[in-house]
Amino acid sequence: MKAKSRNYYLIPYILWIALFVITPILLVVYYSFFNIEGEFTFENYQKFFTPVYLKMTFSSFWYAFLITFFTFIIAYPTAYLLTKTKHKQLWLLLIIVPSWINLLLKAYAFIGIFGTYGAANNFLEVMGVGGKQILFTDFSFVFVSVYIFLPFMILPIFNALDKLNPSLVDAAKDLGASGWTTFKRVTFPLTLDGVKAGCQIVFIPALSLFMLTRLIAGNRVITLGTAIEQHFLVTQDWGMGATIAVFLIIAMVIIMLITGKRKGGVM
Amino acid sequence: MKQLVRALIIVFVVSFGLLYIVNRLNTAQGYTGDNTLTVYNWGDYIDMDILDQFEEETGIKVIYETFDSNEAMLTKIQQGGTSYDIAVPSEYAIEKMEEEDLLLPIDHVKIPNLQYIDSRFLDLSFDENNKYSIPYFWGTVGILYNPDEVGDISFSEWDDLWDPSLKNDILLVDGAREVIGFSLNSMNYSLNETNKARLVEAKEKLDLLTPNIKAIVGDEIRLLMQNEEAAVAVLWSGIAQDAIWENDKLEYVVPEQGSNLWFDNMVIPKTSKNPEAAHQFINFMLDPEIAAQNADYVGYSTPNREALKHLDEETVNDERFYPDEETTDNLEVYENLGKRMLAFYNDLFLEFKMHRK
Repeated sequence: MKAKSRNYYLIPYILWIALFVITPILLVVYYSFFNIEGEFTFENYQKFFTPVYLKMTFSSFWYAFLITFFTFIIAYPTAYLLTKTKHKQLWLLLIIVPSWINLLLKAYAFIGIFGTYGAANNFLEVMGVGGKQILFTDFSFVFVSVYIFLPFMILPIFNALDKLNPSLVDAAKDLGASGWTTFKRVTFPLTLDGVKAGCQIVFIPALSLFMLTRLIAGNRVITLGTAIEQHFLVTQDWGMGATIAVFLIIAMVIIMLITGKRKGGVM
Repeated sequence: MKQLVRALIIVFVVSFGLLYIVNRLNTAQGYTGDNTLTVYNWGDYIDMDILDQFEEETGIKVIYETFDSNEAMLTKIQQGGTSYDIAVPSEYAIEKMEEEDLLLPIDHVKIPNLQYIDSRFLDLSFDENNKYSIPYFWGTVGILYNPDEVGDISFSEWDDLWDPSLKNDILLVDGAREVIGFSLNSMNYSLNETNKARLVEAKEKLDLLTPNIKAIVGDEIRLLMQNEEAAVAVLWSGIAQDAIWENDKLEYVVPEQGSNLWFDNMVIPKTSKNPEAAHQFINFMLDPEIAAQNADYVGYSTPNREALKHLDEETVNDERFYPDEETTDNLEVYENLGKRMLAFYNDLFLEFKMHRK
């Protein structure tokens, strides 16, 4: 009786997975085998391996890597500091609040800030550096992306650091380890799962960013996400759009496998 | 378990209650099936007061929805989820909808105000005898620039864009046909070119323009030009007009070599549930006073000859937005080139966007 009712609880989950995860993926794979005239073909896959799309894939990965890297560099010390503060939940909340605001609104705000006559350039003028073009550059693209993804990286790292048993750190210090060694050998390895989770949450969406590439990078940065959007909305070449999506899904699975392995070996 | 069931029941009761109330409210306001008109238009492309006037005059309730690209509109009408009574596609999209049999023919007898439309804008290649579509607004593609920033460049030719002094100073609209189009125009090829070698040539010429390009953007191009973020932009006349209203320093010009002439026309999709009201609506929009009021609000050029009399003389005589027949004869209307060719245009455009400085 008990086992049976437990099976009933599985129904919503299975329905959800089947309808909103498995079916869409199968549809994407299915569509990727049709060309623009609706004929069955492998044309799309051949097209993906031309220099245009390979270059696009490469640059998507490169920017996603840059974004993840800088997000991590900022997020780890921030999360570390947060665990040491008195009202950590309050500070955490302040970092999370901006992520409630719509992404497009924030992007438009940055157009104003980074513009030729915007706040950032005014500041540079006052500092005596002189005006620079900030909007529509690689810098602004990576900066705004990092800003947007930051809370998603801080949260898992914060949780990992917060859960860390402080007596382990004390023990390391008692045994004569320096601050750096303690961090390197104890703290960091124990929070590695949080870091991996953060990197996944940032890297995967960063691979397929598309609105920011137009609003902040002025289409000077083209990612796979931009190409998918264009194929679905403008060209109406759903097959090619689906093919790129298939490669994105494959890339994501590979990343999950790499970052997901070897759970909790240290404890 | 009991609590769970109770919670579920409450959720159901509340949802159905709300649904019922919404339904009652709609009926009370007159939004019943046979008395409504669903209009599907571009964003910010009508004076909303006109809809109120229409409701008052005819007693028909208008439901107004917007789209931001012909393709998005097409997809939604093809799927047929909502039964739109009026849509406002551009010329090549009308051709496509005709081909796919998505439109109802328009009964000209029910639209006496059609007589006010300038004959220049009737019976065009994309819809002969206006069987399916009635002109709404029209315009051009051209160059908006800030005379203070460009020295003595006049932009009478597209080639002026390639001037080395404009380094990192040009904004382009994010449209494959517009951008590849002006490159084709600059070499005196047709905007509807289907010769692949020539298209590749146009793309290679665009690659040389990369150092001058600051960004390729969407509707935010108006804001960027108003704020003098860049000196030059290639865009549609309507956006140019809006930007000039906000910043009168700016100038708009259509290069003499030729450019695109576009039309947005009203059509009645096949899914319409109230074609009678749709005809009434089209006729209402063509009323000279209403058309003038709409043109005054939207800022695009109206095809309504009589409406021009109700507009400011300054507006009507503005050659930039109401070019004479001689100029418009020199302009080209987009033809539907078919999905294959459109995909080829878009692939070239994508390659061009990826070309780094």
